[in-house]
Amino acid sequence: MARAWKFGDDLDTDQILPGRYAPFMTGQDKFHAYAFHDARPEFATTVKPGDVLVGGDNFGCGSSREYAVAALKVHGIGGVVAKSFARIFFRNCINLGIPVLESADAADLVADGDDVTLDLVAGRLRTPCGAATLRPLPRFAQEILSAGGVVSYLRAHGDFPALD
Amino acid sequence: MTARTLAEKILSRASGRDVRAGDLAIVPVSRVMVHDSVIDAVMAGMKALGKERVWDTERVCVFVDHAAPAPTPVVADSHRVLREWVRGQRIATFYDAGEGVCHQIMVEDGFCEPGTVIVGSDSHSNSYGSVGAFGAGMGATDIAVALALGRTWLRVPESIKVQFVGQLRPGVTWKDAITKVVGEVGTDGARYACVEFHGVGSLPQGDRITLSGMSTEMGAKAGIVVDTPEAPEWLHPDADASYTRVVRVDLDALEPQVAVPPRVDQVVDVSAVAGTAVDIVFLGSCTNGRLVDMRQVVQLLRGRRIAPEVRLEVVPASRRQFEDALADGTIAALSRAGAVVGASGCGPCLGRQGGVLAGAEICLSTANRNYKGRMGSPEASIYIGSPYVAAVAALTGVIDDPRPFLEADEESFDLLVAHRRRSRPAVGAASARAGDRARELVGAVPIRTSPQVFGMEVED
Repeated sequence: MARAWKFGDDLDTDQILPGRYAPFMTGQDKFHAYAFHDARPEFATTVKPGDVLVGGDNFGCGSSREYAVAALKVHGIGGVVAKSFARIFFRNCINLGIPVLESADAADLVADGDDVTLDLVAGRLRTPCGAATLRPLPRFAQEILSAGGVVSYLRAHGDFPALD
Repeated sequence: MTARTLAEKILSRASGRDVRAGDLAIVPVSRVMVHDSVIDAVMAGMKALGKERVWDTERVCVFVDHAAPAPTPVVADSHRVLREWVRGQRIATFYDAGEGVCHQIMVEDGFCEPGTVIVGSDSHSNSYGSVGAFGAGMGATDIAVALALGRTWLRVPESIKVQFVGQLRPGVTWKDAITKVVGEVGTDGARYACVEFHGVGSLPQGDRITLSGMSTEMGAKAGIVVDTPEAPEWLHPDADASYTRVVRVDLDALEPQVAVPPRVDQVVDVSAVAGTAVDIVFLGSCTNGRLVDMRQVVQLLRGRRIAPEVRLEVVPASRRQFEDALADGTIAALSRAGAVVGASGCGPCLGRQGGVLAGAEICLSTANRNYKGRMGSPEASIYIGSPYVAAVAALTGVIDDPRPFLEADEESFDLLVAHRRRSRPAVGAASARAGDRARELVGAVPIRTSPQVFGMEVED
């Protein structure tokens, strides 16, 4: 079981990690402590490894800052489920090995603080109000995610996954 | 079906396969752009990949612009590490603090070959579409991979066609035109898509950067201006290419536009926010920090001082723009008017350096984003407008339609300024009242307002 952290539409990367707390500004070992600093001040101190972020449309829009995703990685976020994702945020999650899944119904089923289970094998997010369906990722992205991210994938295989 | 969009043409050519929207493609990149803000993660990524050297030292462009000159010792250390890395890698193209915003230099110094794929460590890398390149922003690990391999993977995007028709009227700019488009399409309306801008080919390069760069604010992967003077013969979309959406913008009817905080797609005619008090005006960024933008402000200031309650922060987009503005007297005119002129770079656009906003302050910015906390305090409000609107805000302390100021004779100009200054809500109460006005507008304007625009529950 994991806690669901619920967000709305158009959650931008300045909310996930404000630019003024970039690792570049605060140091590589501290930046993650500012995750959701303005939007959800309690997040960084109460989030647990495996917790799941659930959002609406266009999750992670705005800046290309990968450190927003890196901060989630440091906190051990188990996955991000949203109606849709901003493209750079989506790539950054795949690259850093955080499951990033589209779901048409998760945002409607989940309330903030719910106990949820992210079942990647079944493609479901189980919630107190029923199971949300997760849209399967392209095989290319799945292979990178399964390896734990693009760096691990490239180290193991020397090149990108083959295209179909 | 053989007709192809620009994105399909460029990515087919680059990948050596006939690819269409929806296909995945692995493509060589003609350049990789890296800036100071992410260099630590990029270096860590390359190290983790086990790659010591970049794939081609001639095709990497490195910039110190995001927090430059360094505002803190931590940033200064990061810049030092970056300089050592650039030297160690023997990267030829390096622009240090004060040279300007990466995107401006990438275009004006000719690093963006039309028809090629360029990836940059910044979301506004879409700007390279101003000269017909497929420029896409990516995160640090993607950039590390591109630096190591000279290749990247992409999903070939669907395309949205923006068709401009007619002529802009005096006092209305291309910033107004693209802000209108962002308002129509929305912050996610072009997600994963390539935006093609039709009907503006011979526009000056700077205005084209404004268009392409702002395509990022619609979620676009790339934003390419069609039929630019730089484009080779093969680089134009087929007449019957397939678009997911066509957006037509009638320039003849366009009013000056303002994006109301905290959303870039919450766009209104300037008249809807006229009278809103402003504490600080920012003229700069890759969107509107060029000579033409500075000249527009000077043209409207007409030798007058800015309002006593207002600060005007000017950050030229590059050293070339700065020097051109020095040479023709524009910088002197801005300084005499009371402006602070900062070192070329990103400046306060992203709230890291040089004129960050205090709580409850209201900014009129010519840049591209007005998210909560973007330019400093999360309690500050950021309105986005054209350089003309910025000039009026600096002069009067309120947002207003710039056209009456541009058209007025000298005497009525001063009357207009005096009238507007008197109408500005008093300092202190001013900020609170203007904030209320912004909230009223959010309620009144029938466009994409979400009760969770900040990603958190709104109390009422």
